[in-house]
Amino acid sequence: MGAIVAEKLAKRFGNVHALEDVSFKVSKGELFGFLGPNGAGKTTTINILTGLARPDTGAISISGIDCTHSPKAAQGLIGVVPDESNLYPELTGFDNLCFCASLYGLKKSDRVSRAAELLRSLGLAEAASRKFGGYSKGMKRKLTIAAGIIHNPPILFLDEPTTGIDVASARQIRQLISGLNRSGTTILLTTHYIEEAERLCSRIAFIASGKIIKTDTIENLIQPAKEKNVMEITLSKRAKISFESMASAFPNLSLSCPEDGRIRVESGEPIRAGVLVRYLEENGHEVMEARRIHPSLEDVFVRITGIEAGAMKKEREKSIL
Amino acid sequence: MKTWIAFWNIILKDMRAYYLKPPNISWGIIFPLAWTGMFFIRSGGGFDGVLDLLPGLMAISILFGTTSMLAVTVTFEKKGKSFDRLLLAPIPLGVLMLAKTSGAIVFGIANAFVPVAMACFFFDLSRVGWLTALPAVILIAVSSTFLGLFIAVSVSEVFEAQTFSNFFRFPMIFLCGLFFPIERLPFFIKPLSYIFPLTYGADILHGAFNRAHIMPLGLDFVLLGAFCVFLFLWSYRNIKKRWIM
Ligand SMILES: Nc1ncnc2c1ncn2[C@@H]1O[C@H](COP(=O)(O)OP(=O)(O)OP(=O)(O)O)[C@@H](O)[C@H]1O
Ligand SMILES: [Mg+2]
Repeated sequence: MGAIVAEKLAKRFGNVHALEDVSFKVSKGELFGFLGPNGAGKTTTINILTGLARPDTGAISISGIDCTHSPKAAQGLIGVVPDESNLYPELTGFDNLCFCASLYGLKKSDRVSRAAELLRSLGLAEAASRKFGGYSKGMKRKLTIAAGIIHNPPILFLDEPTTGIDVASARQIRQLISGLNRSGTTILLTTHYIEEAERLCSRIAFIASGKIIKTDTIENLIQPAKEKNVMEITLSKRAKISFESMASAFPNLSLSCPEDGRIRVESGEPIRAGVLVRYLEENGHEVMEARRIHPSLEDVFVRITGIEAGAMKKEREKSIL
Repeated sequence: MKTWIAFWNIILKDMRAYYLKPPNISWGIIFPLAWTGMFFIRSGGGFDGVLDLLPGLMAISILFGTTSMLAVTVTFEKKGKSFDRLLLAPIPLGVLMLAKTSGAIVFGIANAFVPVAMACFFFDLSRVGWLTALPAVILIAVSSTFLGLFIAVSVSEVFEAQTFSNFFRFPMIFLCGLFFPIERLPFFIKPLSYIFPLTYGADILHGAFNRAHIMPLGLDFVLLGAFCVFLFLWSYRNIKKRWIM
């Protein structure tokens, strides 16, 4: 039995096909990633699964409960962290958390202790009695995440948890997410940071234009790319290299030059760095570095979806470590 | 039990966040005071004049108090997306809507007693049929709140909610027999009066204060109750259709 099962979900807004035939299954205890560019349909999928929107067609089950026609049926089992930090600006951080806990029927003593615990673990204890409206963006994000997990839901939906916040906070949030997953929470996370998906998720669905293009484990996704060996060689000067003579010296390697002074070597066989370096030095080049390139999820994503990771990459660079 | 914890805390949160804020408290007092003062001075009448005026003043205070609150507690929260939290909570939609409106109902009832409290200082109000007036005040507060809810869920911007509710509120002052009997309205406008629940509420109050009702009080109560149910169900349907897309 899957914790989250979506079958053939479709949703239109006027002429926009937000989702077309989206099916996937998240097992209990899994951390499943939904990776796709802006407008791919990630938020729409979450809204449908959590009961904020109705699918035009398709079926949903959460923890074995059929939620297609009664979206309220499983709402006690799920926690949701929306893409926007939507707590009450006029309430303090602490009161916001206590209020959210009360919506799930927690007793007063539990509300208070749980709110205090979360504020402490997210480093917001100092700001507990300040109004949410006055929080910084990162603080708002953290409190919104705290509000989503205040009732210890076994299933958690996270819509772009780290978008728009600084590197340190993003790392803290990722640690929190991993921790929740280790302690047994099933998590569906959407993101457009490829790095984040690669680091956190065990399985990933690529989504673009409302369709799931591929779903698999990270290892399986990267495997085909791994079968190819890639090496990059950096020369001391941005010198021009005579490719023809090099290519004829190494007929079973495929060579390219991404920029002056750099050579990219690809082969189905293991690449012997020593031979290449010796050849280049004998031909008057000074080699600074020869490095094996590990295939990344990004390569796979670009190859499978055909979407240049440009826009997504720019954001990603902000978020790395 | 869990649903009750949620229900009660939604009311408490709205009280703290909106109703008990100084601007609202003072608005809730000043507005009825201003109306009351204006009419008392204008009419300059004695005791009978007051019994004529109070029903209208109470009704208008409730109407404006309740409808203006819903634009904040519902439309504003929907706009800021915090309303989604409530829709995500494991509580039935009907209970959620009752929780969101209860605060406004209580606020409206409190508003109704501002003119009464003022009149108390100068006149003896013991002749008033409070056993009839009290349930009427409650039902007027409920129906006005649900009218506000109906408006709040039909729009998406706070200013639209305000404009739209004025579209109802100002005509209602004249059409619902608050300050003069609807018999005095031109015959072609008269039917309009009967589509507003406030007409029946005001009629009950006139009956309780002055025995000046024009319809049987039982019928007034039934119709007022029916309006409450209808407006609630209509808003329920609207929320389901428009907000859970
Ligand atoms: N309420 C709505 N009305 C009209 N169109 C909508 C609505 N919600 C979503 N859409 C459209 O559906 C498509 C998918 O939107 P969605 O918000 O699910 O994307 P997303 O993957 O979450 O993107 P992002 O990364 O920007 O958050 C978009 O084309 C969007 O314009
Ligand atoms: Mg989104």
